[in-house]
Amino acid sequence: MLLIPCPYCGARPELEFVYAGQAHIERPQNPAEVPAQAWADYLYRRDNIRGLHAERWRHTHGCGRFFNALRDTSTDQFRASYPAGQPRPSLPLASGATVPP
Amino acid sequence: MQRFSMLSLLRAGLSGHRDWQPQWRRASPRSAYDAVIVGGGGHGLGTAYYLAKEHRLGSIAVLEKGWIGGGNTGRNTTIIRSNYLFHESAALYDHALQLWPELSQALNYNVMFSPRGVLMLAHTEHDAQVFKRHVHANRASGVDNQWLTPQQAREFCPPLNIGDIRYPVLGAALQRRGGTARHDAVAWGYARAADALGVDIIENCEVTGIRRDSAGAVSAVETTRGTIRTPKVGVVAAGHTSTIMRMADVHLPLESYPLQALVSEPVKPVFPCVVMSNTIHAYISQSDKGELVIGAGTDAYTSYTQRGGLHISAHALEAICELFPMFRRMRMLRNWGGIVDVTPDRSPIIARTPISGLYVNCGWGTGGFKATPGSAHVFAWTMARDAPHPINAPFTIERFRDGHLIDEAAAAAVAH
Repeated sequence: MLLIPCPYCGARPELEFVYAGQAHIERPQNPAEVPAQAWADYLYRRDNIRGLHAERWRHTHGCGRFFNALRDTSTDQFRASYPAGQPRPSLPLASGATVPP
Repeated sequence: MQRFSMLSLLRAGLSGHRDWQPQWRRASPRSAYDAVIVGGGGHGLGTAYYLAKEHRLGSIAVLEKGWIGGGNTGRNTTIIRSNYLFHESAALYDHALQLWPELSQALNYNVMFSPRGVLMLAHTEHDAQVFKRHVHANRASGVDNQWLTPQQAREFCPPLNIGDIRYPVLGAALQRRGGTARHDAVAWGYARAADALGVDIIENCEVTGIRRDSAGAVSAVETTRGTIRTPKVGVVAAGHTSTIMRMADVHLPLESYPLQALVSEPVKPVFPCVVMSNTIHAYISQSDKGELVIGAGTDAYTSYTQRGGLHISAHALEAICELFPMFRRMRMLRNWGGIVDVTPDRSPIIARTPISGLYVNCGWGTGGFKATPGSAHVFAWTMARDAPHPINAPFTIERFRDGHLIDEAAAAAVAH
């Protein structure tokens, strides 16, 4: 079971949370005007990254708030969590470089 | 290839079984092939087999980054059925179910197909209505499926507890032609038969890039064992399909989740069929070795770890203990996870891609094993003729853009 860092409540067990998919996906402003492929991409296309994944969680059985987290999908290790609406943070690597957002 | 027969078994027995040869060659990659399959699971090996057998394609290689059958082919719960709701799905899965009974003969390899019947339990009024709708839809498609009362369900599966539980069994849908097969044997049988037809099966060979020529068509794959030139690449990489396809700038509507399964200690034959419960979420059958094979649901989040949370397995076991009280003191020996690629409509993609020479067979989600022969058969057709077989024609990538979803997920309580 994951131990998930809620930015408001701290680390809590996975059972308190609901996963809500990839973060930072923006809904087109005028759905009627975007091409079919762009709308399909908004609805269905996901990066499905093996590595650092920005994702939404909701602390349903806690503060009830949505937030975003960076998790490495090859290890399930959480690297950061941050309030919804904030941009994806850059992460320092061991080599001194940063992971671009 | 040494053929298996009563005579060859007797002869090998008399010499102490010392003279068996390896079942397939340990091939090294050549510099070029007419077609390359990425992924050495059942679907990929089967594709290579049908490409060689039915389409007489010249040189074919199967590239596997690990070992044959070490991915989801060796990790699933081996359930076979075809009682899907929509005509498109029923046709696809039933195509496989029609190939299963003949597969051992065709491959000269015992895949231990056992049509012992698949019972899908209804625990709520909604379940009952949905399953009855399935039964009617299946019968209209010519696929066998029948509705059983709780008492009939218990007659078919005597260990089943139908009343004394939180969600009593209100009935069940039974597909008698469904059952199980030996998953490893499916991979090994296809590998052996493909190898005998000249297919190179190359293990420990990970694809690291897909090269394209000036016209944009596929020209080669780069691997950890060198570059291999080829005009046709078929990607059958299950949970890692997104990663491979991204190398050719093709983005698919897939998400990869861990799916867990468990086996118990082996016991004498006690369980006559396959039972699935979608509502309280557990699947169970007994292997020929005697282990109970139990399937759980997917974890909530995408991941590539081949693990998953213990609470998911525990939840499946709670359901098993309620449904089958006699298993409450069974000990579990192993649990594991596989990475399954799930599409938004829970139906697979078996199609050409926007890139000439690149084909993809993915999105089988939590239920790909049952389709292995049919999937491989129509995908080989698609690759050989550069056009879909009528059965997989609806399973395109473009259906997500055009709105022609084959929505098995939302329309049905079908377990995936």
